[in-house]
Amino acid sequence: MILRMSVDWFPLWLSLRVAVLSTLLSVAVGVGLAYVLANRDFRGKEALDAVLSLPLVLPPTVLGYYLLVLVGRESFPGRIYEWIFGQPLVFTWQAAVLAAFLHSAPLLIKSARAALETVDHSFERAARTLGANETVIFFRITLPLVVRPVLAGTALAFARSLGDFGVTIMLAGNIPGRTQTIAVAIYDAVEAGNGAVARALVLAVSAIALVVLWVANRLSPRAAT
Amino acid sequence: MIQAHIRKHFRASRESAAFTLDVGFEAGPGVCVLFGPSGAGKTLTLDCIAGFTRPSEGRIVLDGTVLFDGARGIDLRPQERRCGYVFQNYALFPHMSLRENLEFAAERLPKLERHRRVSETLERFRLTEVAGRRPHELSGGQKQRCSIARALLAAPRILLLDEPARGLDQSLRAELYSTLRQVRQAFGTPVLLVTHDLDECFELGDEMMVISEGAMVQHGTPRSVLQQPATVDVARLLGLFNLLPVEIKALDPSRNVSRLAFGEFELTGPYLPGRLLGDRVSVFVRPEHVLAAPRDGRPGGNQIAATLERAAERAETVRLEFAGGLAAVVPRSDYERHRHSRDWVLEVPPQFLRVI
Repeated sequence: MILRMSVDWFPLWLSLRVAVLSTLLSVAVGVGLAYVLANRDFRGKEALDAVLSLPLVLPPTVLGYYLLVLVGRESFPGRIYEWIFGQPLVFTWQAAVLAAFLHSAPLLIKSARAALETVDHSFERAARTLGANETVIFFRITLPLVVRPVLAGTALAFARSLGDFGVTIMLAGNIPGRTQTIAVAIYDAVEAGNGAVARALVLAVSAIALVVLWVANRLSPRAAT
Repeated sequence: MIQAHIRKHFRASRESAAFTLDVGFEAGPGVCVLFGPSGAGKTLTLDCIAGFTRPSEGRIVLDGTVLFDGARGIDLRPQERRCGYVFQNYALFPHMSLRENLEFAAERLPKLERHRRVSETLERFRLTEVAGRRPHELSGGQKQRCSIARALLAAPRILLLDEPARGLDQSLRAELYSTLRQVRQAFGTPVLLVTHDLDECFELGDEMMVISEGAMVQHGTPRSVLQQPATVDVARLLGLFNLLPVEIKALDPSRNVSRLAFGEFELTGPYLPGRLLGDRVSVFVRPEHVLAAPRDGRPGGNQIAATLERAAERAETVRLEFAGGLAAVVPRSDYERHRHSRDWVLEVPPQFLRVI
């Protein structure tokens, strides 16, 4: 039955694209922030950590509301974006990337910080005495030492980006063919009584999530024993 | 040549009491040993020199380059200090092969030289055969040689070693010592080595500095420090026995002698310049210099009665330990004859009595 029925797979491809981009963004920003949190001491460090962790505990709609206020057409960042790109950010697929990023990056920051804090500083110190500069040390000593837990965190962040519903619908809306990600499309299909489409999308998301989790578990050090 | 004056203050916190490191020293070529108990500030001193820890104040000059000067605001980064550091855990990069570890150190060398220098170093430290292995696949001795080799490849002006022999068994220790002696001969790099092992000081040290509770308490050759500890504290750190608190009874500069009272016993010692009658001082004599015999009758001149508590047998000699922290080393044959005696007399030859 499913095979003969035509399912619009656009939401899946959109979600994958959004998740890949938001994950790349999470890795770049998240690992950097995690490094700062793990290695620098400054006032308000734990407060910053708390703010960065907020998306993990806030209801997604609340997070989406904040974002809407922060990057909406009336806000300063929103106007800057519009001035640069010639179109507003909200209710575009780029907004879905931002939504997924904010929803998933904290997960990566948490696991990367935990991993970075376990790095024996004597490796970095040794590299310093050998004359290596801090950038070289970060990319060739520190990062390789935490690559497995960071990749595990990345996989989890990817899975979370893929499945975001609340933040996305607040910020990117539900425009079929443009901003409708898979989680939103499933909701739509169920609302419309389109059970076959919902089942197909649900199975696809579940399969991808399962694979990602399996990868994450293989990578995390605890499972290595 | 390193000249250092380092002050570093730590305020008391929940985990630790306040601590002040305040050391000043000069060390030339050869091996200089920083000796002291755990927590004395030895590793902290190395860290200040390497640039891992910023001293509160002071000045560190290495071969004419100012590494740190608190007053002038100079504080070179570890990368600019050219201090080789051998960590207690070796700190070999676990994700690189041994050769890659060395290549990492050689990256600051001119391009054309790198390959040759790495190969030479592998050869010299007998690591060529295992060059492709990761650190966790190496034996303890290989890891240790590799970490020293890696530090030397970066052409350091000084080599800092943090308790390199800790946790090593006898044969690895011997290997380390021979490697370091080789380093001293072949590279001429001055070495600053932290240890709390007295034998290591003698095995390796051209000079030794005794650090206790953040302060430098004595500096000299290991032999001179052992012969003449500066304070009772140093003598204790050196694990010396036969520290006798005595009172000066008589001083005779013309005959170069003094008479000292140790409890009920009288000892003749060398003349003590700068001391007065009635002064209380500590003298000590090395266990090897004490003559021990079973007691028969009253102790005579320069003799002390003592009760045997323990005999530690060694290959050639026996170390006898008596009540009150006295000890003597006697030939094995002497001990065999008198092994059942409990009461002994210890004779202290005046020329071996040292005042602290």
